[in-house]
Amino acid sequence: MIELTDNKLALEQLIQSTPARIGVGCSGTRPKTEIMLKLRMDHAMAVDSVYGDIPKAFFEEFHFPIVQTPCQSKEMYLKRPDLGRKLTSEGESFIREHCKKKPQVQIVISNGLSSKAIESNIRDVYPALLDSLESYGLSSGTTFYVQNGRVACMDVIGEILEPDVLVMLIGERPGLVSADSMSAYMCYKPRIGTIESNRNVISNIHRGGTQPIEAGAQIGAVLRAMLDQKTSGTRLVI
Amino acid sequence: MNKKISILGKTYQFNSLKEIMAKANEEKSGDQLAKIAANDVSERIAAKYLLSETRLCDMRENPLLSPEEDEVTKLIESDLDESEYNKIKNWTLSELREYLLSREVDGETMLKVGRGLTSEMIAGVTKLMTNLDLIQAASKIRVITTCNASMGQNGVLAGRAQPNHPSDSLQGIRASLYEALSYGIGDAVIGINPVIDTSSSVKEILLMTKEVMNTWNIPTQNCVLAHVTTQMKAIQQGAPADLIFQSLAGTEKANDAFGINIELLDEANELIYKEGTATGPNRWYFETGQGSELSSESHHDIDQVTLEARCYGLARHYKPFMVNTVVGFIGPEYLYDSKQVTRAGLEDHFMAKLHGLPMGVDVCYTNHMKADQNDMDNLAVLLASAGVNFLIGVPMADDCMLNYQSTSYHDIATLRELLHLSPAPAFERWLEDIGLMENGKLTKRAGDPTFFLSQRGVH
Repeated sequence: MIELTDNKLALEQLIQSTPARIGVGCSGTRPKTEIMLKLRMDHAMAVDSVYGDIPKAFFEEFHFPIVQTPCQSKEMYLKRPDLGRKLTSEGESFIREHCKKKPQVQIVISNGLSSKAIESNIRDVYPALLDSLESYGLSSGTTFYVQNGRVACMDVIGEILEPDVLVMLIGERPGLVSADSMSAYMCYKPRIGTIESNRNVISNIHRGGTQPIEAGAQIGAVLRAMLDQKTSGTRLVI
Repeated sequence: MNKKISILGKTYQFNSLKEIMAKANEEKSGDQLAKIAANDVSERIAAKYLLSETRLCDMRENPLLSPEEDEVTKLIESDLDESEYNKIKNWTLSELREYLLSREVDGETMLKVGRGLTSEMIAGVTKLMTNLDLIQAASKIRVITTCNASMGQNGVLAGRAQPNHPSDSLQGIRASLYEALSYGIGDAVIGINPVIDTSSSVKEILLMTKEVMNTWNIPTQNCVLAHVTTQMKAIQQGAPADLIFQSLAGTEKANDAFGINIELLDEANELIYKEGTATGPNRWYFETGQGSELSSESHHDIDQVTLEARCYGLARHYKPFMVNTVVGFIGPEYLYDSKQVTRAGLEDHFMAKLHGLPMGVDVCYTNHMKADQNDMDNLAVLLASAGVNFLIGVPMADDCMLNYQSTSYHDIATLRELLHLSPAPAFERWLEDIGLMENGKLTKRAGDPTFFLSQRGVH
């Protein structure tokens, strides 16, 4: 077994200089047990976040209507990003009939690639966002949840509900450091054919990144700017 | 050429060589996403039958993407060794497969034949090979290249030290590099993926890595994997770069999406030979990976194996020091699970070797792919058995900057012990000199990054 250096302080300084998993030692050429298990656990959290579902209790708390994309399973969701950009015909009819038309701000929530992101951030981000909209004098439509959505399903929703601005709160691809990171994608008048560079994003929303409570206020400010400047994406001046 | 076949009472009709090539692929989610994959398993095998009867001259006469339409095709065509091609142009792909696998045909001969094959032909024969065929055939080929030091020799498994840091902290990169070196990793290259794509930041990283190399007399080469234009600026500002890097795609349109074309690569090529710091003849580092053309919608309905082969056709023009596919980085919509990643890794390695390239593989996966570290262990053993030139070394396989998992410093050290492989020769001598290796094995001092603090400048 190879023991690490006696020079503990120097080693500690090297370890502190990077989040990379260094100074971990080895037995033969293989990593020590604890550090090996730590890697497996971090990956397990990420995988469970991709494949896991948002618990029922979440929807009992928030009462968001649930709308589906044609992706019936996680496998289909992962393999067919094109289908995650659409809603089922039932989903389209539902929002046409039950959601407020032409709202100033439309809020949409989707699990995307991390259900944990929604579960752990919406409780803070959503009320903060509503407060922020109120303070800017903005009104919002009927918030709903899209199961297995991709960012570009904003366009289909925009086409049907014709909001002035739309914000989509969606789970990011989980990393090993954070499995519950969320993004807020925003767009002025999203419609079918909107190009990526017309969207703005605040990413890395989680407790170790952009603080969820602060994110609500930041999103409000960006939406206000979009409405004032009547544009979004690379042309938006923030 | 024949596009119709009846097997076991069922008739399979295809419309074009392009369709046969796509449907003959092993299952890949990317081909399914592009809607060009076989509809079921028997259609896949039927396509393989037809492909096996296809002659090399049929393939050349029916290019999947014409040279008038695409500069990558044009380059591959003009680089072809006509005398080698003429010797074998009437062979079928089946004959080519059996020739490459026969005991009498050694690696040198395969390399010679490879110069007479277009990338489409190499992709074609790959589709007829099983995983073990791909390992066996590739293992015969040695491609030795030299930048400052040489690698690719028989019995050598090199490793890239990839000491990335999420904010390009020089101190953090240095610490991670010390860890790599202490496991005997870094003989392929000390290569950093920067977060900040500016020439001044790239220059700083190149200066720091060069300083470590000089202080310890390390026989290796450095590289910062920014966009090629950023590296060019840094080099013009006096940054010490041994290698110049760029990601390649297999079509002109897809390269356009990467912000490159052949004219730009030629310009960079001239610069690295004129102003690069390396002493040897091979100065390029290329990365590729199945699926990138589809992701930029520049795939012209060609399958991802064939497009990947075309990257190698482009790469071989520049006689690179090292090439690797970043096989599992692209995501599950192109390679869904470990089975598909394993297949792609073996395909890419074989295809590149037959192109005469010094091929390594970034054995890797993302968190939304159906794969885990055990799958990477498996693929790494397969590739090391196939004679892969180098693997990627990341601390505990977790790249804290690019957010994906690859192979670790530990893994490369383990594969060397397991399969009796060594670091690149000059690098191994250096490890023996400083006391990290003895009689071909890591010593008790190995695995301790402070080694490079406590004995600094002694050597």
